[in-house]
Amino acid sequence: MTLPRETLLRAYRQMKTIREFEERAHAEIMNGQIPGFTHLYTGQEANAVGVCEHLSDADTIISTHRGHGHCIAKGADVIGMMKELWGSSEGLCKGKGGSMHVADFERGILGANGIVAGGPPISVGSALAAKIRGNTNVAVSFSGDGSVNQGTCFEAMNLAVVLQVPAIFVIENNYYSEHTNISYAVGCDDLKARTEAFGFPVFVADGADFFAVYEAAGKAIEHARAGKGPAGVFAEQGRYHGHFVGDPQHYRGAGELDDLRKNHDCLKNFRARMQETGELASEELDAVDAEVMALIDRAVAEAKAAPRPTPEQVEQDVYITYGA
Amino acid sequence: MPVKTMRDAINEALHQAMAADDSVFVIGEDVAGCMGSNGKPGSVGGVFGVTTGIYDKFGPLRCVDTPISESAIVGAAAGAALVGMRPVAEIMFADFVGVCMDQLVNQMGKFRYMFGGKTTCPAVIRFAAGGGFSAAAQHSQSMYQVMTSFPGLKVVIPSNAYDAKGLMLQAIAEDDPVLFFEPKALYQESCEVPDEMYTIPFGKAAILREGDDCTVVAFGQMVGRAAAAIDALAEEGITCDLIDPRTSSPLDTATILESVEATGRLVVVDESPPRCGLTADIAGLAADRAFHALKGPIKQVCAPHSPTPFAPELEAAYLPSVEKIIAAIRGTMS
Ligand SMILES: Cc1ncc(C[n+]2csc(CCOP(=O)(O)OP(=O)(O)O)c2C)c(N)n1
Ligand SMILES: [Mg+2]
Repeated sequence: MTLPRETLLRAYRQMKTIREFEERAHAEIMNGQIPGFTHLYTGQEANAVGVCEHLSDADTIISTHRGHGHCIAKGADVIGMMKELWGSSEGLCKGKGGSMHVADFERGILGANGIVAGGPPISVGSALAAKIRGNTNVAVSFSGDGSVNQGTCFEAMNLAVVLQVPAIFVIENNYYSEHTNISYAVGCDDLKARTEAFGFPVFVADGADFFAVYEAAGKAIEHARAGKGPAGVFAEQGRYHGHFVGDPQHYRGAGELDDLRKNHDCLKNFRARMQETGELASEELDAVDAEVMALIDRAVAEAKAAPRPTPEQVEQDVYITYGA
Repeated sequence: MPVKTMRDAINEALHQAMAADDSVFVIGEDVAGCMGSNGKPGSVGGVFGVTTGIYDKFGPLRCVDTPISESAIVGAAAGAALVGMRPVAEIMFADFVGVCMDQLVNQMGKFRYMFGGKTTCPAVIRFAAGGGFSAAAQHSQSMYQVMTSFPGLKVVIPSNAYDAKGLMLQAIAEDDPVLFFEPKALYQESCEVPDEMYTIPFGKAAILREGDDCTVVAFGQMVGRAAAAIDALAEEGITCDLIDPRTSSPLDTATILESVEATGRLVVVDESPPRCGLTADIAGLAADRAFHALKGPIKQVCAPHSPTPFAPELEAAYLPSVEKIIAAIRGTMS
């Protein structure tokens, strides 16, 4: 597969932005700067970017508790996101939602979601709207390996098939739901077959390889845009951090994290491929790195200096109208 | 007497109940932890640590770790209880009642009545409830006020470690389904807790302060704040009864009404939003049954009619504070 230079540069930039956003968020959480519960996406960047590189602002995504990567990949304003993590009134959600509820409707981001498998049914609705309106938009739901055992996930998958709507179920297998391995939580040996039994194709990819995810997602999205109903993408790739920041990670085997960072790194893989094919020079990628670092520095500096919300904002935005 | 945290007190109750009765078991997400992984099964003991050590002691048959499937967890607990087991299920955050509402409300809560009193459903469902962690709108709700409205379910809200242990042992002994809401802000709070087993009856309020001027009723996380408010006012010579109902269903109406009859004033404190909540419920009770005794307006101190905001300063403004409780007591006195 060869991709245009702009696509390659943008994909790398997005993955790098997610990586640095998360690593900085991690450092700031450890410094006690960011309140609440934060779940980091580090390691899984190629999943989000490989999918979202196929999407326009008119397509929608719905995300999870581990949502920063999805939102950045779909084009959310990085500085607004960082401000939201800090709880500023200038954050993307005015400090009301925080890490777990980042949303940017202008970019087609229907929100990160704190309820496991809360998203898939909602994405069916967005896909249904596309079908009723007769356009070729698609609706992607990201959810984890833990989400596939929720009734809402089953219901959404079946409904999408019944209605033949362009919903894309992206299941990110990072092997764990909190502290439980997928080999325990999913009762059958073949989750792909179990999912395909709903009646739609599932395309599997190595989540450390941007090109693999891009290709698998491309097939799924093409299927849905062509009016053939829903499709699935399974991307396998471990997360580099704990479930949440502060997780003691008792479930990891010896050397597991080292192996992940060393041998399953989408950024390293991307650079190696560029070196091999000569499509992008390493200086070009270095330049992207520098720009990303500057952006993240700026985002953190602005988030720290951003205005704080005030008590009267508590009761704003509960409704649009409040009766007479 | 040994001092224990609320987390350890509930954990001890679970260990003791399981040792005493083979029909008691725990079930839920990560109640053991590390299942199927390279880590040692049982090394988590619930994301709040409340089921610590249970897997090691009682094994996988009685420490049942599950996938993320709250409807199935509650349904499985209800079904096991229908055939005579005494399950204690963990649903992690109280907000997730939204996911398993049917099994809680339409199923387990109604079995006995629908089936003409012919069955029991001795299941306990545990939740970590309430705000204070900047956990935002889907991980901060108390939810017990909603569940209190359903006939057939008993609802427990402990405010300290001592009560938590006794109420948990009572919950497990109850033949009715019990929803047990643990204020997550209190897990690390400690007090004296006896090592031996003891129960605290449902529907029996604790009277934590005695005074003449006002009755204050508070639930869960708010009991400590109400006590702080009352203690501050005591320095000015204003004294209050502080009543912690401990169970919102059944509710100890007699103790509340008796106190209101004596003081003539009532302030009710809860961290949930106001509409159809516990503060309105108890205010209504007093207005209905003790109106003749009232010397001032009944005051409700609760969250506003809004979801829980993320930013710490917004959440601080959202939750009832000691200052707001003091203002409410002064408000009914003036
Ligand atoms: C309905 C519901 N149940 C439980 C939780 C608690 N919880 C948050 S994330 C999580 C694990 C999710 O695992 P997975 O879907 O694999 O996503 P990952 O964290 O690996 O990205 C759990 C159990 C929740 N947020 N919502
Ligand atoms: Mg996972």
